[in-house]
Amino acid sequence: MTQESALHLAVALDGTGWHPASWREPGARADELFTAGFWVDQVREAEAGLLDLVTFEDSFALDTDRADRAQGRLDAQLVALRVGPVTSRIGLVPTVVATHTEPFHVSTEIATLDYVTTGRAGVRVKVSSRADEYALFGRREYGAESHEGLFDEAADHIEVQRRLWDSWEDDAEIRDAATGRFVDRDKLHYIDFSGAHFSVRGPSITPRPPQGQPLVSALAHVDVAYRLAARGADLVFVTPGGVGRAGPTGDAEAILRQVRAEEASVGRTGEELRVLGDLLVVLDDSVDAARERLARLDATDGEELRSDARILTGTVGDVADVLESWHATGLAGARLRPAVTAHDLPRITRELVPELQRRGLFRTAYDADTLRGHFGLARPADRYAQV
Amino acid sequence: MAKKQIHLAAHFPGVNNTTVWSDPASGNHIEFASFRRFAQTAERGKFDFLFLAEGLRLREQGGRIYDLDVMGRPDNVAILQALAAVTDHIGLAGTVNSTFNEPLDVARKLATLDHLSGGRAAWNVVTSWDEFTGENFRRGGYLPKDKRYLRAQEMLATAQALWDSWDADDVLADAASGQFLRHGDAGRFAIRSDQFDISGRFPVPRSPQGRPVIIQAGDSEEGREFAASSADAIFTRHAELEAGQEFYADVKRRLEKFGRRPEDLKILPAATFVLGDTEEEAAENARQVQYQQVGPATAIAFAEQVWNRDLSDVDPDGPVPSFDPKTDDDVDSGGHISKGRASVRMYRDPVATANEWRELGEREGLSLREVVIRKNGRHTFVGTPQRVADTIDEFVQSDASDGFVLVPHITPGGMDPFVDQVVPLLQEKGSFRTEYEGTTLREHLGLRPSPTTVAAVSVEA
Ligand SMILES: Cc1cc2nc3c(=O)[nH]c(=O)nc-3n(C[C@H](O)[C@H](O)[C@H](O)COP(=O)(O)O)c2cc1C
Repeated sequence: MTQESALHLAVALDGTGWHPASWREPGARADELFTAGFWVDQVREAEAGLLDLVTFEDSFALDTDRADRAQGRLDAQLVALRVGPVTSRIGLVPTVVATHTEPFHVSTEIATLDYVTTGRAGVRVKVSSRADEYALFGRREYGAESHEGLFDEAADHIEVQRRLWDSWEDDAEIRDAATGRFVDRDKLHYIDFSGAHFSVRGPSITPRPPQGQPLVSALAHVDVAYRLAARGADLVFVTPGGVGRAGPTGDAEAILRQVRAEEASVGRTGEELRVLGDLLVVLDDSVDAARERLARLDATDGEELRSDARILTGTVGDVADVLESWHATGLAGARLRPAVTAHDLPRITRELVPELQRRGLFRTAYDADTLRGHFGLARPADRYAQV
Repeated sequence: MAKKQIHLAAHFPGVNNTTVWSDPASGNHIEFASFRRFAQTAERGKFDFLFLAEGLRLREQGGRIYDLDVMGRPDNVAILQALAAVTDHIGLAGTVNSTFNEPLDVARKLATLDHLSGGRAAWNVVTSWDEFTGENFRRGGYLPKDKRYLRAQEMLATAQALWDSWDADDVLADAASGQFLRHGDAGRFAIRSDQFDISGRFPVPRSPQGRPVIIQAGDSEEGREFAASSADAIFTRHAELEAGQEFYADVKRRLEKFGRRPEDLKILPAATFVLGDTEEEAAENARQVQYQQVGPATAIAFAEQVWNRDLSDVDPDGPVPSFDPKTDDDVDSGGHISKGRASVRMYRDPVATANEWRELGEREGLSLREVVIRKNGRHTFVGTPQRVADTIDEFVQSDASDGFVLVPHITPGGMDPFVDQVVPLLQEKGSFRTEYEGTTLREHLGLRPSPTTVAAVSVEA
């Protein structure tokens, strides 16, 4: 099984799971939602399943005012940092809201995550599209900017993060006792980024992280988002058979065609985007049992589960079939969103993964130490280095 | 009566010339292993907290990046959060700027750190506002100097209001009844002040400490008032007995008008130390460290900060320059040769400083480098472990401080000798804990649990 033929598998962690009633399920540990152990155990479970990475959802605003739904959110980057020292191989990809954050801070935070994990850091960049999130910052008016403008800003945000990561060449630190110089300042670079929303001078305060460039990702349902990913990301999460703000997103083949078209139109060079399909999974021993579970969860919550990603209610065999067909069309793999983490995550790691291994589609041991390595991406040269 | 207890913080060596990188014992300054080692040593020594300073732009001198000191550091809250995974008791204190951050983001990060460390978070609220640093941020350098404490104060009051927006018992997480929250809109707030106009719901439920511990570093009149009104600890540069006692009395006196008790604010000067088996050996060790800290190039660089001009053709082993410093560029105007360095503001009268240096050199026959060492390279505590323990205890018992923020000069092993040799002596004196008694940093510092009322400073909830 070569890197190319292998499928990549990620899990999207969000509280007790993606179903709003998940917190009431057995083993959900909802009362531990804001403790370290809750998160550490989930990521260790994913790592035991040899997954490429976990993502951590984030938003500054809360999703609901319903007292019967789990509410409250910790900073996703810090959750990843707390998990970093007690895991060893899995990639950690927190979500960052570009619209309300400083690219300088995000760049050093992600670089720090990369140091803490010796090369397992990634970041998922997203745009803020909720009025309540704007009010929490009070710095700009919701709706005053076009959707395109916000995505352009996110692309700038990524560009600044990346330039800052490269702003120290790998061999900038020289510790030259003879001249008393700690660094060779010719190997530290101003990034001099100037854009519509911010200008950043640099260099970073943090030396170049272990991966050189931590893995950048985005979730995309529409062309502006595919374009953002094509411009700045290494990895894009898409939703075959799902719905975006512009309606149905299309099947895997159609989406992949759009992604590749955006890559061509922005003139992307180097590695092509790795594309993972998102799937919200409700798993059980039979399709009927899975349907019953979902019906029971929906009844508990009082609303039918809705999602931008396709919802698969069935067995791990059904999931494996979907992943295999996606893979055949050229997707690199999938990001699974467990409906109930306590139930569906172990099904993924202990049943789906062995099934994919049986089909020759998934690794049987980690063969790389870094997140880039899991995706077969080399450590890139520094953009500022003179060759 | 029980003896007054000493509070100790371990400062991870900073990006300045106190940190000696040329020593063979000096290790990596950025890898996680160095931070873990340092934090675990401090925890072995039962320190109250680990402390990290912050600088958001690499310093420059003469229009170029300053290359003589250790440089490069992680994001503070991020590295502290990772350290929470490899320590169990020690407090985790990060310096986070109040000008180049937004209150909701900072409050959320510190509340997260507090949750995911089981109540060990602290925030050193600093006010650096200069345009030079601003060039790395969305705002640029818009904040005038005289607004720095206004913003810091509003920032802190706002953060506290956000932390207080959830009650400790708001989260029920009761699966049986199906009630997760007591009220569906816990965390609701609205704040309008000179600097901020924000509203909505704070996303993080109340953390173990309620409010993380607040530290303030800044020596001016405004800084002292800020600390007296709102901080739990103040980090100062006054580490001499008499100056320390004056500062201590002055700051503690200010507490009453804010309705606070003297023990509500801990005064913690920064301090360095050099140990030896005998007094003579310690003095010799200290001398060697000073020469490592102020090499020839650093001596010239320091002189340039006073003279405010290029002195690259001056001999560091020759006399102090006979000409006067350039005084036409105010430090705060951005025209100064040195950028991003707070200490330059200490030279408020460069001509007088130059005269002092010159007189010292002539009087004692010292070279420029030797003068710089005398003026800048003094260690706070030099001696045998017993002498250092005695001095620290004397400072605390005579109300020159409530303890110290100790800065070793070697990364990451520089704190080991202190922990192994001095801490046991402080414990013998009955002035320092032998075991952690509480679990939160507030408890280590002997602070009261956080109040649950919203702070009064210009915040309308
Ligand atoms: C002991 C001490 C430590 C400080 N540490 C930092 C720091 O790590 N980062 C920073 O940006 N400013 C730091 N400062 C600067 C202060 O926050 C403040 O900006 C500066 O002292 C000017 O305020 P003042 O006029 O009240 O002293 C420190 C100040 C003191 C006294």
